[in-house]
Amino acid sequence: MAIFNSRKERFIAIEELAKTKILVLDGAMGSLIQGLGFNEDDFRGERFKDVKISQKGNNDLLVITQPDAIQKLHENYFAAGIDIVETNTFGAQRVSQADYGMEDISYEMNREAAKIARLAADKYETRESPKLVAGSIGPTTKLLSLSPKVDDPAFRDIDFDTMMAAFKEQIRGLIDGGSDVLLIETITDTLNAKAAIYAAEEIFDEIGEQLPIMISGTITDMSGRTLSGQTVEAFYNSVRHANPWSIGLNCALGPKQMRAFLADLARVAETKISCHPNAGLPNAFGGYDETPQDMCDVISHWALDGMVNIVGGCCGTTPDHIKHIAHGVEGKKPRQIPQHETALRLSGLEPFVHA
Amino acid sequence: MTQENILSPRAFVIVGERTNVTGSAKFRKLIENDDYVGALAVARQQVDGGANILDVNVDAAMIDGVKAMRTFLNLVATEPDIAKIPLMIDSSKWEIIEQGLKCTQGKAIVNSISLKEGEEKFLELARKIKKYGAATVVMAFDEQGQADTKQRKVEICMRAYHLLVDKIGFPPEDIIFDPNIFAVATGIEEHNNYAVDFIEATRIIRESLPHCHISGGVSNVSFSFRGNEIVREAMHTVFLYHAIKNGMDMGIVNAGQLGIYDEIEPELRDACEDVILNRRDDATERLLDIAQKYAGAASKKDTGPDLSWRQLPVRERLTHAMVKGINEFIVQDTEEARLECERPLHVIEGPLMDGMNVVGDLFGAGKMFLPQVVKSARVMKEAVAHLIPYLEEEKERMGLVGKSNGKILMATVKGDVHDIGKNIVGVVLQCNGFEVVDLGVMVPTEKIIEEAINHKVDIIGLSGLITPSLDEMCYVAQEMEKAGLKDIPLLIGGATTSKTHTAVKIAQNFSGVTLYVSDASRAVPVVQKLLGDERADFIKSIKQDQEKSRIAHASGQDKRKRATLTEARANAPKLEYSPVKPKFLGTKVFDNYPLNDLVPFIDWTPFFSSWQLAGSYPAILQDDLIGEAATNLFNDAQKMLEKLVAEKWIKARAVIGFWPANQIGDDVAIFDDETCQNQIATFHTLRQQMQKDSSKPNFALSDYIAPIGMNDYIGGFAVTSGIGEVNKAEEFKANNDDYSAILFQSLCDRLAEALAEHIHYRVRKEFWAYAPDENLSVKDIIGEKYRGIRPAAGYPAQPDHTEKLTLFKLLDATKNTGIELTTSMAMNPPSSVSGLYFAHNSSEYFGVGRIEKDQVEDYANRKNWDIKTCERWLAPILNYDA
Repeated sequence: MAIFNSRKERFIAIEELAKTKILVLDGAMGSLIQGLGFNEDDFRGERFKDVKISQKGNNDLLVITQPDAIQKLHENYFAAGIDIVETNTFGAQRVSQADYGMEDISYEMNREAAKIARLAADKYETRESPKLVAGSIGPTTKLLSLSPKVDDPAFRDIDFDTMMAAFKEQIRGLIDGGSDVLLIETITDTLNAKAAIYAAEEIFDEIGEQLPIMISGTITDMSGRTLSGQTVEAFYNSVRHANPWSIGLNCALGPKQMRAFLADLARVAETKISCHPNAGLPNAFGGYDETPQDMCDVISHWALDGMVNIVGGCCGTTPDHIKHIAHGVEGKKPRQIPQHETALRLSGLEPFVHA
Repeated sequence: MTQENILSPRAFVIVGERTNVTGSAKFRKLIENDDYVGALAVARQQVDGGANILDVNVDAAMIDGVKAMRTFLNLVATEPDIAKIPLMIDSSKWEIIEQGLKCTQGKAIVNSISLKEGEEKFLELARKIKKYGAATVVMAFDEQGQADTKQRKVEICMRAYHLLVDKIGFPPEDIIFDPNIFAVATGIEEHNNYAVDFIEATRIIRESLPHCHISGGVSNVSFSFRGNEIVREAMHTVFLYHAIKNGMDMGIVNAGQLGIYDEIEPELRDACEDVILNRRDDATERLLDIAQKYAGAASKKDTGPDLSWRQLPVRERLTHAMVKGINEFIVQDTEEARLECERPLHVIEGPLMDGMNVVGDLFGAGKMFLPQVVKSARVMKEAVAHLIPYLEEEKERMGLVGKSNGKILMATVKGDVHDIGKNIVGVVLQCNGFEVVDLGVMVPTEKIIEEAINHKVDIIGLSGLITPSLDEMCYVAQEMEKAGLKDIPLLIGGATTSKTHTAVKIAQNFSGVTLYVSDASRAVPVVQKLLGDERADFIKSIKQDQEKSRIAHASGQDKRKRATLTEARANAPKLEYSPVKPKFLGTKVFDNYPLNDLVPFIDWTPFFSSWQLAGSYPAILQDDLIGEAATNLFNDAQKMLEKLVAEKWIKARAVIGFWPANQIGDDVAIFDDETCQNQIATFHTLRQQMQKDSSKPNFALSDYIAPIGMNDYIGGFAVTSGIGEVNKAEEFKANNDDYSAILFQSLCDRLAEALAEHIHYRVRKEFWAYAPDENLSVKDIIGEKYRGIRPAAGYPAQPDHTEKLTLFKLLDATKNTGIELTTSMAMNPPSSVSGLYFAHNSSEYFGVGRIEKDQVEDYANRKNWDIKTCERWLAPILNYDA
């Protein structure tokens, strides 16, 4: 009873929709999962009741042990009006899962997560309103560009090949489970993202199909740099080879703080702009204070200014936030994608453009 | 394309070649010896020298290339001033290149791939490069070998281009051809046309293959003149002149060693041109003949600072000067820019502001440090000073007014004379395009209000170092309220100010916003927010935050339980006394204290911290992050110090005194002679009231003096190294040299401390002589490892500044040294120190901490003050809300 015969067909439909509509991405999962109040046993389920390491907090595992609950959370977001749902796989690759001793079911987690998201999406999909599943690929718990040892800057606690292999496994699961696009997000270290892009390209070669890639970086503070030190434009130049379907920013900042950096990105990016900010900056208790209306006010201004194609939320956002945001951008025109002069666009921490 | 453009980044990309072991023996040795610190220094020189891209090559027999590439690039990644530019990962071995790509977050260039091993291999590597997201150099090399003729070069490049673009969709703009630069003038006739072949092939390739680029290793061309740097440099310059005209847009060169075509001696230039362009059969012989003349001469560019940036267009020169803080050429460059620009204002709004913005960004991002920023500001000021007459003239002509980001009034409040911090903030704000109205020091509140209204300022910033200034700031806030200036935010800064005090005491007096700024780097973002779109939100958040501080403060009040004064006194230390009699009683004046003696006694750590460089000297000079900034600052300081001492910019004066003294409760009675009959003065001291267990006593300074019945002594001192300081600082400022002004003031400040330390040293050994055999290193002396203390009024052991009055009277300090006390008990000139000497062998520094009302009443009684006066002077240490 699927509306579209293939992800390709669905994607063509959403590309058409994106010409006139600002697409809406979902919001945070973590805080909603917390709200479910699962205890250690709930996290473990029957299958992992005997594993040694505590699983409480391993949100990615829930797609296996509590699939119905996760699907319900996805559905809540669809009810709020989203076009794109993210799989619950932010930390589901081998590198992060090693902390829970769950690295060996990484493939399965990603595949199941994509299936659940697809099930939720199918309930809301119509021919006029295609619903996309974006396979979420988080930054992992390690960094390729920074040393964890203060006294040994040349040291790295992981190498490119290990990272790349972990991403390959994750991406394979995401695609096998039915993801329509890949979303490499919360990029704090561009080299991690480049490993993910490399992994995706390898998988595409293996399966003989290209999936669109969405890329979303994280500007960690008001200096306008990623954690690994790049400016927005340098970051874009570093990942441009993925021919991303969209490029954007998410996490760390609220919409107000993000605006200037998003504008920088919109100026240079020859592709769609996405943005899913936090609900403001964390308050003294680590929570987020921006109300749905606050976020909607700022984000709908971006829409009026023609800056965005895809909007959503990150930490601290809820279906109510997303509903407001969706409402705020409704009927507003998506950003027109600019054409830039063909040039050699290099980067270190800063961009270097040579025509 | 003119010659000036050769080094312009937009026209020609310079790839730094010195981090290449095949071209630099020095770099090879560093890598071979695992000296990566040295290797990074070479990389940094390349960046500073103007390289746009850094070529990294570690191909050598004795080097494990994969490992060396990984280590070096991992290290580069942690050095923002190097990692800012893109890399060219250079190796003849693919596994080394691939390792490089795996360590590079930016978009790099691979150097290189070629058709040498056939199409399949070529495309396999190109596909990988594409997945890694890099551009690539393609050598004009195929299965038959390296292309030497024009025709072969063009053929191979065309074939490679079509394979890459058509077969695997490689972006054409990411292809950089290297059509091989070979040596000419080798004596072999077939080589004579190599440069011409390269230049002509370049033109055809650029014309026929859209978006691609042409690069090459330039130094190859002059290989046969190894050792003759002048001739090589001329050959490179001539070669590039022609190659660039024909479309070469990138080159691996030593940026510092490029000359200017028009400046090469005509005879040499013609001879080089004959060789490069293969214009006559005897070209090689003729160049060889001329080359004799230059043999052995070092390249002029090898000596002295790297001036290659002087070749840049004037706008870029201005930016460079600004960022690097070089003022040598600023007036001439500004003039040149003025002549180019339509209006003088455009010079400021264009290149100068661009430069300052770069500086501001780097400072904001923690990549530039305060001394560098102040230097940059000096360059800016000199440039603006040059433009002012033209701006005025234009203003008169056109009736225009310049615009600024906002106007900020800055003042050190009445009774306070300290302005180093305020000057730094002023400079940093000016760097960011704000107009600063600096009212100087000891500014009465009325004047602050009046000038704020006259100048229509957007913000008022107050500074103060000593505690009574806190009261003065409250007063300014009250007066601003009365004057209806609630739309003007009030910024509070300076050593004694704090977030809590601002929230609890100052902000309460003013319905506008009052906010605390911890240091200069915070000033800019705060001011920007206050004057920007986020203003309302920002103010709201500040006010909420302050409300939280007040609540926290109020709830913290009763937690700090104090002992009663009676209890504290009962827990006074039980000391034994064995007084030593000083070598003289009464005072001794030092009128012209030799500055030379003070230099070794300078404690440099606080000097760095006054420039917001945190770390202890000398380790700070080697610090990874701030070591360079600290070293440059230290070198400038040393240079200035040398001149300051040699040319006697300032005069140091001092007075010390010793008197018979006895403890009476918490006071110290001073007598005119050892009969102790005639009390001439009293020093009042304060006792700690924190609750302690019996093993830790509650101290007061009076504890260190023997009670009545035993002859004991106390000493006092007032020293200054600030005679002439104000005038000299003004002189620097008048020349728009805030950097030197602030540097000078911070040195005077250090000299005053050194003077106090040096005289204390002599007191212990010579004048009081209670420790004649003391034998400590200067380091230990600065570390206060000696016996005895010299606490100052207004500091933790005696927070009451007014005790200076008693001391000054006993020493006749104003007459003897020229130091004056302001109404707030600040010493003027600011580079002054005063205090008491205690010789007791267990005397040590302590903090009085917060005191209770019982002691305030007792102290007021002893000082003959009313309670209100007492509470005002002791406000910072009250354990209750007065």
